[in-house]
Amino acid sequence: MPSYLIREHQVEKEQHDILSEVTSGDYKYGFVTDIEMETAPKGLNEDIIRFISSKKNEPAWMLEYRLKSYRKWLEMTPPGWAHLKINDIDYQDIIYYAAPKPKKELQSLDEVDPELLRTFEKLGISLEEQKRLSGVAVDAVIDSVSVKTTFSETLAGLGIIFCSFSEAVQKHPELVKQYMGMAVPYGDNYFAALNSAVFSDGSFCYIPKGVRCPIELSTYFRINAAGTGQFERTLIVADEGSYVSYMEGCTAPMRDENQLHAAVVEILAMKDAEVKYSTVQNWYPGNKKGEGGIYNFVTKRGICKGNNSKISWTQVETGSAITWKYPSVVLLGDHTTGEFYSVAVTNHHQQADTGTKMIHLGKHTKSTIISKGISAGLSNNSYRGLVRMGKKAEQSRNFSQCDSLLLGDQCGAHTFPYIKVENKSSIVEHEATTSKISDEQLFYCMQRGIGTESAIGLIVNGYAKEVLNKLPMEFAVEAQKLLSVSLEGSVG
Amino acid sequence: MLSIKNLHVSVHHKEIIRGLSLEVNAGEVHAIMGPNGTGKSTLAAVIAGKEVFEVTSGEIIYKSRNLLEMAVEERASEGIFLGFQYPVEIPGVSMTNFMKTAVNEQRKYKGLDPLTASEFLALMEAKKKLVDIQSKLTNRSVNEGFSGGEKKKNEIFQMAMLEPTLAILDETDSGLDIDALKVVANGVNALRRPDNAFIVITHYQRLLDYIVPDVVHVLYEGRIVKTGGKELALELEEKGYEWLKESNS
Repeated sequence: MPSYLIREHQVEKEQHDILSEVTSGDYKYGFVTDIEMETAPKGLNEDIIRFISSKKNEPAWMLEYRLKSYRKWLEMTPPGWAHLKINDIDYQDIIYYAAPKPKKELQSLDEVDPELLRTFEKLGISLEEQKRLSGVAVDAVIDSVSVKTTFSETLAGLGIIFCSFSEAVQKHPELVKQYMGMAVPYGDNYFAALNSAVFSDGSFCYIPKGVRCPIELSTYFRINAAGTGQFERTLIVADEGSYVSYMEGCTAPMRDENQLHAAVVEILAMKDAEVKYSTVQNWYPGNKKGEGGIYNFVTKRGICKGNNSKISWTQVETGSAITWKYPSVVLLGDHTTGEFYSVAVTNHHQQADTGTKMIHLGKHTKSTIISKGISAGLSNNSYRGLVRMGKKAEQSRNFSQCDSLLLGDQCGAHTFPYIKVENKSSIVEHEATTSKISDEQLFYCMQRGIGTESAIGLIVNGYAKEVLNKLPMEFAVEAQKLLSVSLEGSVG
Repeated sequence: MLSIKNLHVSVHHKEIIRGLSLEVNAGEVHAIMGPNGTGKSTLAAVIAGKEVFEVTSGEIIYKSRNLLEMAVEERASEGIFLGFQYPVEIPGVSMTNFMKTAVNEQRKYKGLDPLTASEFLALMEAKKKLVDIQSKLTNRSVNEGFSGGEKKKNEIFQMAMLEPTLAILDETDSGLDIDALKVVANGVNALRRPDNAFIVITHYQRLLDYIVPDVVHVLYEGRIVKTGGKELALELEEKGYEWLKESNS
């Protein structure tokens, strides 16, 4: 059987498993891996930053960048405009560096801590399997430190660089120095500044001119240690005429404290380049009473620098106690394209304020926004988006569609679209709907023998299909499962 | 198979069914006729288990079990199928996926392994032929953008897929042109077996030209006021319902 048929078959099979799994709706990634950790003392000051920098053996310019960011951060205040209730965060009560020990150069999977490998198996991402079957290159980041990047050698043959951020700082300092902070400057916002000061690792990816990356690149992030924050950084540079599809997944153990995750993702697309970035975010959402869970405060932005370039964000957000995230595209070049496809699910006490910014600066630029919010329980789900047509962005177009689906009558769905048009030849379209799963739909499913939970899973997946279809195959199945599982117990 | 005794049903404190009794045996086709608003659809919904209706007294025994204590999906898995008068749209859910979920949930209930993808597709092709339904319907989302006729044909297709023991068709013929009507009727006739039964609810005699019932009931003001053979349907067609109202009042 050719591999795509095997995959179709797997998808069929797994769609099946989804339904049987729906009934076991507890957060199943909540285990803790018992790995020896090396951590920094709690708290944040310039010494801690120097500690992180020296642990990573960084060049002086990187330390300078960190300190500059830290000083900027000290002058800033957390954003208060989001439709979120956030407990005060004690930044001195967080551990800013935690790394699995021993930390030596790893040459093959055999050298990775077996306990760690078991963790990845539990996550359903056996690196070996990934390597053999799916042709996905995986960079696994646990507690902010990259453990192993698979497939690097294969990619290196094409001139593609795919490695941990730390490794990039060592081996490709000129690239990092040139592009880091271009899409998200260190002073961009409170959490981006914090990340720029204390980031411990992440992924770096460079696709050279004219190269189509033949496999999906993927990073898995996991918070493991207690009391730590996760501050990873991803930088993707797609040179002229190149293409890459990048996937990001995340999970965390169940803890009754709130853990902070403040990441930065930057994408730069040169002339004729295309980058597709997909996220399935499943950080621990807290328990049913709203205790614990990850604070997911992330800055993601891409710049379509060259003409005809394209950046596409697809996200499925089911986890985190609070999500504050606006993957954006700056359409700088002419004839560039920005896309944002999002499904955000909130249940119990979860809160999400998520959306995008499409900043049209070049001529004949085009953007599409499809946002599907699903709220259940006592949760609050907001879409917040900005579409801006600059003075020179003549003949540009945007289409936005923001749909909200409510399950039950105690949750909230909100839409905050901001539209700013500064020229006369551009067209902006915005559509919004709010709906509920109707009793008629549920009864219809149940009359055919489908139980309530499965019926909700089916209806919600149908509702989100437009976005789920944008995900790479490997992620689509996982995302469908997540949607069903996160809504378990939301009706009835 | 189905035994209803002295059933009383209310919705929002208004009594719709007032002392209805009905016996349906395996191998039979029953037609229930009657003017609008006499409780035909309510009866269908109560048998299927729709919650909004409150059974105030009486009993429904199905396969020797108290049907009223069974959940909606359990009734379905035990072989009760309702062909809806107004099938609802479920955007984004393909008919294939919907049917696969339903078939496998019912199999799970019966302790059977789920069908594999290829077994399922083979089953679907066979049933499509049986009820003469074009394949494009199954590629679309459940009832989304279907014409009235397509929706009704789709109900018949689902009935064929799920192979119910007791199928209730609630005014499946309403709004159908003669060709669609034939598709529906042929579907029912193809599925008739000695071990299953049908309750065909209809307003007009027309459908009964194609589906020949064993028993015809006339429902009026929440009660069955007359029961007869297939000739009763013709009599009703000729005389209308007025003569029943008169004789009943």
